[in-house]
Amino acid sequence: MSDHPSTYEPKSGIEKWLDSRLPIVRLAYDSFVDYPTPKNLNYWWTFGGILSLCLGVQILTGIILAMHYTANADLAFDSVERIMRDVNYGWLIRYVHANGASMFFFAVYIHMFRGLYYGSYKAPREVLWLLGCIIYFLMIATAFMGYVLPWGQMSYYGAVVITNLIGAIPVVGPSILTWLQGGFAVDNPTLNRFFSLHYLLPFVIAGVVVLHIWALHVVGQNNPTGVEIKSKEDTLPFTPYATVKDGLAMIFFLIVFAVFVFFAPDAMGHADNYVKANPLQTPSHIVPEWYMLPFYAILRAITFDIGPIPAKLLGVTAMFGAIALIFALPWLDTSKVKSMRYRPVMRWFFVLFVLACIGLGWCGGQLPDNLVFSITTDAHGNPLGLKVVWLSQLLAVYYFAFFLIIMPWIGLKEDPLPVPASISEAVLAAHAKKKG
Amino acid sequence: MSEPVTDVGQDPNRRDFIYIAAGAGAVGAAAMVAVPLIGQMNPAADTLALASIEYDLSKVEEGMQAVVKWRGKPLFVRYRTKKEIAEAKAVDIKTLRDPQTDAERVKAGHEQYLVLIGVCTHLGCVPNFGTGDYGGWFCPCHGSEYDTSGRIRQGPAPKNLEVPEYTFLSDTKIKVG
Repeated sequence: MSDHPSTYEPKSGIEKWLDSRLPIVRLAYDSFVDYPTPKNLNYWWTFGGILSLCLGVQILTGIILAMHYTANADLAFDSVERIMRDVNYGWLIRYVHANGASMFFFAVYIHMFRGLYYGSYKAPREVLWLLGCIIYFLMIATAFMGYVLPWGQMSYYGAVVITNLIGAIPVVGPSILTWLQGGFAVDNPTLNRFFSLHYLLPFVIAGVVVLHIWALHVVGQNNPTGVEIKSKEDTLPFTPYATVKDGLAMIFFLIVFAVFVFFAPDAMGHADNYVKANPLQTPSHIVPEWYMLPFYAILRAITFDIGPIPAKLLGVTAMFGAIALIFALPWLDTSKVKSMRYRPVMRWFFVLFVLACIGLGWCGGQLPDNLVFSITTDAHGNPLGLKVVWLSQLLAVYYFAFFLIIMPWIGLKEDPLPVPASISEAVLAAHAKKKG
Repeated sequence: MSEPVTDVGQDPNRRDFIYIAAGAGAVGAAAMVAVPLIGQMNPAADTLALASIEYDLSKVEEGMQAVVKWRGKPLFVRYRTKKEIAEAKAVDIKTLRDPQTDAERVKAGHEQYLVLIGVCTHLGCVPNFGTGDYGGWFCPCHGSEYDTSGRIRQGPAPKNLEVPEYTFLSDTKIKVG
């Protein structure tokens, strides 16, 4: 925390010399060794460190892939195949990078749901939360542009669908679309600019991560009780306690990562992306990567016009709105209690929210007219029942209601459980209970 | 002797003028820098210089469609059957989302040929020929369905499939663009 006095003492002559010129060792020591962490942090708090690891892995493997990749619409697909077949360990580097993106999103979703459950976005951590949202948004942009680079069928049509979202903007949309694509369709100019930006954005993310950690160290970490640190008894030094806990979690995370890379490297990909991009033939079923599916389901859920506003514009607005609401979260929650551990009503709405997100993700991977389950059959013997698009609409309504109605309303109405006086008290009470 | 000049620097109006002038200059400079930086993203001259194409219609058989690449996009050239033309004409255009008669979408005297840009008006996928409930096209991406005149009938797409600018050079040859 910012009011935590520095305890770094330079010992050798060179350390003293450097400390009086650029106190960088002091900064590292105060931030990652002596930094006081709440002593009740659980394993959900290890995903921040895991995410830093993910970013590092993506940047390292990405720089290597760029040494072998050719950003040209005629050559890109073949250059990726060459990486897979001919470049030494190319298959490994590419599979780590491709699965690394999925692992990165898996970790960020846990990190975000953890923040949501324990109220980590509430005062005084609003700026911390906003910076995290910016990182998430940059991650989406980076992942999308990276997915276009292999120039397979899914790459190409993913780029077509997502850039065409911009075309839904009234009046100026088509001009912006042409500007963005650098032509009248997704083509070589589009691929080149996406490659340039895909290389740039991870470093922008790294910059925002620095701000995110800075903001974290100004306000201090939240913890499972949501009660702020009140005395030294509430904390433990970052090293060794948090470092070791983060390290253990990273090992388990890397085991899962390695299982995907070595045993199911294409489990989260699509066979169609091993077919070279063909602007004349759309694959019969195009879907985005799994981590975008909930938003894709919301986009497709709007199949009706409202007055003069066409369904297409409404769908695009709903999709971007769904992301924008995450930014607005600190101002939508009216509850005075941070942690949902002490919010008996809200925690159930939270569970439903997680299920709704997973449900939307499932819907996003299905064709809209598929049936979730059939109830009866029509005169021709075709099954009738709950269509995927209807389930998407139902879940999308809950998604928006969670932010716009449930969050503000339950916060005012709910009777929270008594919150412990301090972190230390909560830890001792839990310990006494365990002993019986 | 001239007037003393010691209090000129204290004149608040002169200070304000310098601030505003400097600020306006900086904004103007930023705008001038932004023009080429943003403009370079627009289609380059060689991209804009895409030529028009000629197409020999005798290659398409009745009831089939040919797909040709034009300006980086698929172009549908469909030779419609009499039944398909009749279906397209029979539609009450008041019921359509983007009301257009079949006659507005083909050239007089050549109504068996339907020439369209094969890009779904929803989000740009290429619709599949001959599928969907209306006998025209079905977009696999988000389920938009077009009829045998390429008009939107169901699904999220807001507009009919676009008819490009084209002319008949002879009974069997068209020039697109």
